[in-house]
Amino acid sequence: MVHSTHSGSNRIAGVGRLTPAKTVRFTFDGQNLTGLEGDTLASALIANGIHLVGRSFKYHRPRGILSAGSEEPNALIDIERDKSRKQPNVRATVQEIYDGLKAKSQNRWPSLTFDIGAINDVFSPMLPAGFYYKTFMWPKFAWKSIYEPKIRAAAGLGVVPGEPDTDRYSNRFAHCDVLVVGAGAAGLAAALSAASTGAQVILCDEQSEVGGALRYETDVKIDGLSGYDWAVATYAKLRGMANVRVLTRTTAFGYYAQNFVSLVERISDHLSRPAAEMPRERLWQVRAKKVVLATGAIERHMVFANNDRPGIMLASAARLFLNQYGVAVGRKVGVYTANDSAYAAAIDLKRAGVDVPVIVDTRDSPSSAVIEEARSLGIDILTGHAVYSAGGKRRVSSISIKPNNGGNERKIVVDALIMSAGWTPSVHLFSQSRGKVAWDAANERFLPGTYAQDCISIGACNGTDNLQSAIDEALVAGGGQTGALAATGGTNWISGMIGSAPGAGANTTVKAFVDFQNDVTAKDVRLAVREGMHSIEHIKRFTTNGMATDQGKTSNLHGLAIAAEALDKPIPAVGLTTFRAPFTPVTFGAIVNHARHDLFDPTRRTPMHAWHEAQGAPFEDVGQWKRAWYYPQAGEDMHAAVNRECVAVRNHAGIFDASTLGKIEVVGPDSAKFLELLYTNPWEKLGVGRCRYGIMLREDGFIYDDGVVGRLAEDRFHVTTTTGGAPRVMHHMEDYLQTEFPHLNVWLTSTTEQWAVIAVQGPKAREIIAPLVEGIDLSNEAMPHMSVREGKICGVPTRLFRMSFTGEAGYEINVPADYGKAVWEAVYEQGKPHGLTPYGTETMHVLRAEKGYIIVGQDTDGTVTPQDAGLTWAIGKNKTDYVGIRGLLRRDLVSDGRKQLVGLKTVDPKVVLEEGAQIVANPNQPVPMTMIGHVTSSYWSENCGRSIALALVIDGTKRLGERLYVPMPNGVIEVEVTGMVFFDEKGERLNG
Amino acid sequence: MLLIKCPYCEEERPELEFRNAGEAHLVRNSSIIEQSDEDFASFLYFRQNPKGLQFERWRHIHGCGRFFNAVRDSVSDKFLTVYKAGEPKPDVEALLAGRVPSDAEPVKRRAPRTKKAEL
Amino acid sequence: MVEVSRATRLHPLQAGHSGILSVSVTLAENATRISLRAREDAIPALSKALDLTLPTKPKSTASNGARSALWIGPDEWLIIDGIESSVAEDLRKAKVLHSAVDISHRNVGINVSGKGADAVVNGGCPQDLSLSAFPIGAASRTVLGKIEIVLWRLAENEFRVECWRSFSNYAYAFLQESARDVAA
Repeated sequence: MVHSTHSGSNRIAGVGRLTPAKTVRFTFDGQNLTGLEGDTLASALIANGIHLVGRSFKYHRPRGILSAGSEEPNALIDIERDKSRKQPNVRATVQEIYDGLKAKSQNRWPSLTFDIGAINDVFSPMLPAGFYYKTFMWPKFAWKSIYEPKIRAAAGLGVVPGEPDTDRYSNRFAHCDVLVVGAGAAGLAAALSAASTGAQVILCDEQSEVGGALRYETDVKIDGLSGYDWAVATYAKLRGMANVRVLTRTTAFGYYAQNFVSLVERISDHLSRPAAEMPRERLWQVRAKKVVLATGAIERHMVFANNDRPGIMLASAARLFLNQYGVAVGRKVGVYTANDSAYAAAIDLKRAGVDVPVIVDTRDSPSSAVIEEARSLGIDILTGHAVYSAGGKRRVSSISIKPNNGGNERKIVVDALIMSAGWTPSVHLFSQSRGKVAWDAANERFLPGTYAQDCISIGACNGTDNLQSAIDEALVAGGGQTGALAATGGTNWISGMIGSAPGAGANTTVKAFVDFQNDVTAKDVRLAVREGMHSIEHIKRFTTNGMATDQGKTSNLHGLAIAAEALDKPIPAVGLTTFRAPFTPVTFGAIVNHARHDLFDPTRRTPMHAWHEAQGAPFEDVGQWKRAWYYPQAGEDMHAAVNRECVAVRNHAGIFDASTLGKIEVVGPDSAKFLELLYTNPWEKLGVGRCRYGIMLREDGFIYDDGVVGRLAEDRFHVTTTTGGAPRVMHHMEDYLQTEFPHLNVWLTSTTEQWAVIAVQGPKAREIIAPLVEGIDLSNEAMPHMSVREGKICGVPTRLFRMSFTGEAGYEINVPADYGKAVWEAVYEQGKPHGLTPYGTETMHVLRAEKGYIIVGQDTDGTVTPQDAGLTWAIGKNKTDYVGIRGLLRRDLVSDGRKQLVGLKTVDPKVVLEEGAQIVANPNQPVPMTMIGHVTSSYWSENCGRSIALALVIDGTKRLGERLYVPMPNGVIEVEVTGMVFFDEKGERLNG
Repeated sequence: MLLIKCPYCEEERPELEFRNAGEAHLVRNSSIIEQSDEDFASFLYFRQNPKGLQFERWRHIHGCGRFFNAVRDSVSDKFLTVYKAGEPKPDVEALLAGRVPSDAEPVKRRAPRTKKAEL
Repeated sequence: MVEVSRATRLHPLQAGHSGILSVSVTLAENATRISLRAREDAIPALSKALDLTLPTKPKSTASNGARSALWIGPDEWLIIDGIESSVAEDLRKAKVLHSAVDISHRNVGINVSGKGADAVVNGGCPQDLSLSAFPIGAASRTVLGKIEIVLWRLAENEFRVECWRSFSNYAYAFLQESARDVAA
C-alpha cells in the first residue's frame, strides 16, 4: 500500500477519483491539514487519520464519523467563515472542503481529547432515559433557574452565531412535468426516460455529484460502461438537454399537498471565495405533475457494546471513502455484518492493500459468490459469530468476538471496524407525501404501500433489490422510450438484521447505541417499555430515540425492533413514527430567503414622504404605512411640537398628509342603493357635491369602519375608509356586492393610491388655498361644510373636499398622487405668510379628541355599537335594511349596562390619564376591584389648557357629572364624567 | 401550498392568490330585520366545521377578485369541485361516485344544517 | 388668483438601472390607466369605443397601438395607454352600463427583460411562467413576494409588472434582488 503524504497518511495513491495535485488547506480545531479538491470534511479528516470529531450529546462520549452521507448522526461540526457566517451542526460528511475552511468540533470543553463533560459517561447509571423528567422535579423554581440552563449548557449541539447572517439566500418557484429526487442509477435512468418524451424534468441530488451508490459500487456495469462512468456520461447528457434541469447539492426536504416539493440548493458552501452575487442557498418551491422518488436506502449499524467508538463506521461509508476519495478508513479494518453487502467493502479494501483481519458474520451459514470471493482473497470469515464489544476509547483498538452459540471470547486488534446490519429503504419523502408504508415481513422493512399523490418510488427506496430491475422500473416510471439499459452488479439491499445484536440483548446492561446523536442505547428502549410505554410514539418521546436532527435515519428501525421484542409484539403492531419535513435540517436563511431587511415587509410611503423627511419629522408606523408623526423645530421635544401644532391649527391653519386614508370609488346606477346597504346612514337623498360621515357595521351590529363619503355624480361616490381598514373594507364590500347583492349595478375600485390627500385645516384654510384653485367657488354659500367639488389646483385636477377632522373649517385636497408633493409645496409656500403649520398624526389625534371624534380601532374595539359611541344620529331612522341592522336589535346590544363612550376630565387638570387604564366607581373597595370601564384616548390639550380623555364606561351617558376613579400604581386619579366634546361644543368653527 | 381551481379563471392557481372566506351557502335573509333571534343566531354564529366534506367560500383575491364556492375534504385537503357564487350546491353523491375512493380521504357527511333559505 | 406654475409630477420610484445583470429591471414610462368594469352585454359597445376587442378569455390581453386591455376578471379589465390618451373620453361615449375609474397614478409599471426574465419573476411569483402556461401576451393579477401585482408577458423574455405606487419600491427591490440571483 502506497500512501500519499500530501493529503493525509491514509490516502492511497492510485485509488479514488480525486486529483492528488489539487490540494486544499483547511483547519480542524486549529490544526492545519491538507485535503484534496472534492473531499468532504469527513474524507479529508479520515485521510489525515482523524476519526475523533465530536463528543456525544448526553454522555460526552468520544464520537467519530459513522457514515458518508446526510444520515450522519455523529460528525457535527462548526464551520466558520467569519463572525457572522458561522454554522453549527454541519455534517462533516456533507460539507465539502475548500481552501481556508475552518472547522471546529462541538460539545466539548476544554478540548476534544480531554472533555470534562465525559464524567457523565461514568455517572451514566444515574442518567437513564427520562432522568431529567424524574430527577429535576423539585423545587419547582429550580427547573427554570438551575436545572434547565445547566443541562442545556452541558448537553446540546453547537453554538448559534452571535451576529446577523450576512449571507444572501434566494427563492425560486418552479413547475415541471416530472421531478426526480435522487440521481443514483434509478434516478438517472428515470430522468433520461422522462426527458426523452420532451417533458420538463427536474432532477435533484443532495450530493455534490450524481451517481449515488454507483460512486462506490466497483462491480457495476451499465450500458457497457462502469457504473460511475455511466452516471457521469448520463449527467452530461441530461445537462445538455433544454428540457432538463439537474440540481446537485440540492436536498428535497419537504413533500406537501398536490406534488409541491421544497428543495434547498447549497450554492456556495463548498466555495473558498463565493462571488458577491452568489446566494449561499436557494429555496426551490417545485410544483410537479409527477414525482419520481429514487431516494435509495440507508445502511444500518450493528447494535453492540461500545459500537460508538471512533473508527467504527458503516461498511458502505468505508467503501465510498475508498473508491471515491482514495481514503482507507484504517490500516487494520475489521468487518462486522449481518448481510452480504459489507463483503464488497471488505474486498475493495483488501484489494487496495488494506489489512482486513476478519469478517464477523452473525449469520450461521451464509453463502454467496461475494463471500466466496472474500474468502479467496484470504480474509478470515467467522460466521455464526458476533462482536460483543469494541475496545479503545478515542479510537477503536480491538474487537471482542464470540460465537453466537457460546464459547470463548477472542480479541482481535483493529484500528477501524466497518459494519452493516442491512439497509433501510428511504421512505421519508414518500411518507411526507401522506403515502402509507407497508411492512415487508420477509425482509423486515417498511416499503411504500398506498400512494396519496401522483408519485412513484423506484429502486432501493421501493425495495427493488436488483440493479437491472431498478433500472427497468425507472425507465417505465419516466414514461419514455429509451430502449433497454443492460445492467449488472450492484449492492444486495435485502437481508440483515434489526434490533440489538448478540451480547446487547435483553438482560444486558452494556452501552449498545441505537441512536448515536441522542445517546439512546438498547437498554434505554427496554427501560421505556418496562416503565409502561407501549406505543412507539411514547417510547420515542421517553427515550428521545429518533428525535435528534438526523430524525433517526439509522436508528428508527433498530429502536422499533428492540421495543417490539420487549413488548413481545410484531413490529407493525408497535407502529412506525411519522416522517416529517425537513428530511435534513434547513437553514432559516433558506426558508426566509428574500424576505430580509427592506424586503421583510413592504414599507409604504406617501407621495409627500420626502418632504416630511426633509423637515425632520419622525414617522409613525400605521400598518405598513409610514406617517409623519410631528414636525419638531429646533430644541423642541414631541410634547412641545405637538402643543405648538395644535394651537397653530386652531389659530391659523395647519397642513396634514392624509394620503393613507383608504379610498374606494363606487360607480354605477345602484351606488346609492348599495351604500344604503353597507352603511347605517341614508344615502339616496345625498345631493351631488355633498358629503356625509358614514358608519359601517358588521352583521353583528358592531362598528367596523367609518369615513366620509362624497357624491361626485348620481352614479359615482368617493368613499374614504380608515388607513388600516382600507383592504378589509374593500373585501367586506366586495363580499356583499358579489354574494348578497349581485343584482345591483355597482362596481368598486380602490383609489387609495390614485390620490394624494392634503388636508388644510383652520380659520385661514380658505384664504390659503383660494389663489391656487381654479374653477371652484370656495365661498361658504357655494361650498359649505361637507361638500365636494371637482376642479383644478395648481393646474392639475383635484377633488376638493370641504370637510374636517379637526373641528376647524378646512379642506382635503385630493390630487393625482404624482402631483402630491408639488401641490403640497405650493400650498405650504402660499400658507406660510398665514402661519400655516405642518402637523402630524399626533396633533391630528389630539385635535379630533378635543372634538370627540372617534377613531375606529382606538375608541372602538369590535364590541362597540353606534349607540355606544354616541353616534345614534348616524343611523338612518327609516331604513329597513343595512348590514348590522338585525345585529343591533339583539337584546344584549340594547339593554342597560353597556359600555358607552364618554369624556373624562381629571379633577387635577394637569394629570394626563394613561390610555388603557381601568376605571372604578369606588376606589376603596378591596382588590380585585370591580372595573366599570377603561380609558380609550387621552392627551394633553394645549387648546383646552388641560388634559382630556375619552373612555368606555358602563352606562356612561347616565353618569355625566359623576366622579369616578382611575387607580394607578402611584395613587388613585379622580375624574369627572363629561360629554365627548371638549372644544367648541356648538361646532361653530366648522362653518367659519 | 394547495393548488386551487378558480371557476372564473378556469385553471388551477397557487393558494397564495386566494383567501378562504368561511362556510358557503349561508344566505342573508332578505327581510333580516324580521328574523327570529334563533334564526339570526344560526346565520350569524353557528357553523358546521365538519370532519370530511365541507362547502366553503374562497375569494381569488389576488387574481380575478371573484368569490366562489368549493367542496373540499377537510381531512385530505383535497378539493372535489369548485363552482361559481350563486350556483346551486353540487350533488356530492354524484361527485363521489365519479371519483376513485382512497382511504386517505375518509368521507363523512353530516346533514346540512336546516336553514330558512338556501340557494 | 395668483400665478401658479403647474404642479410637476414626482414618480414614486427613483430608481437607476443596473447594467451588470443579464436581466434588466427598469421603470416603465408613465401611462394612462383605467380600471374598466362591465358586464358581458356591454363588451361589444365598449370594444367599439376603445377601438380594440376587449378580451374575454382569462389571462389574455388585446392591444391596438399603444392601447392595451388586460383581462383581470370576468367583469374587469386594466386598460393601459400612452400618457396622452383619449381613453377616458372614448369610454364616456359608450352609452352602456360600465364603470371607468382613472388609476393612472395608482399604479407603477416596471419592466423586466432579458434572458431569464421568467426566473426573475418566479423569484417571488408562484405562477407557472412556462410559455405553454403563460404565453406571450398573457396577463394576470397575482403575487410577487408579499405584494399583489399584475403581470403581463410582452415577449418571451420580457414582462411588465404593475403594482400600486407605495409598493413600487418593494417590487423594484425584490426584482433587483431576484435578478442578482438569476445572474449568479
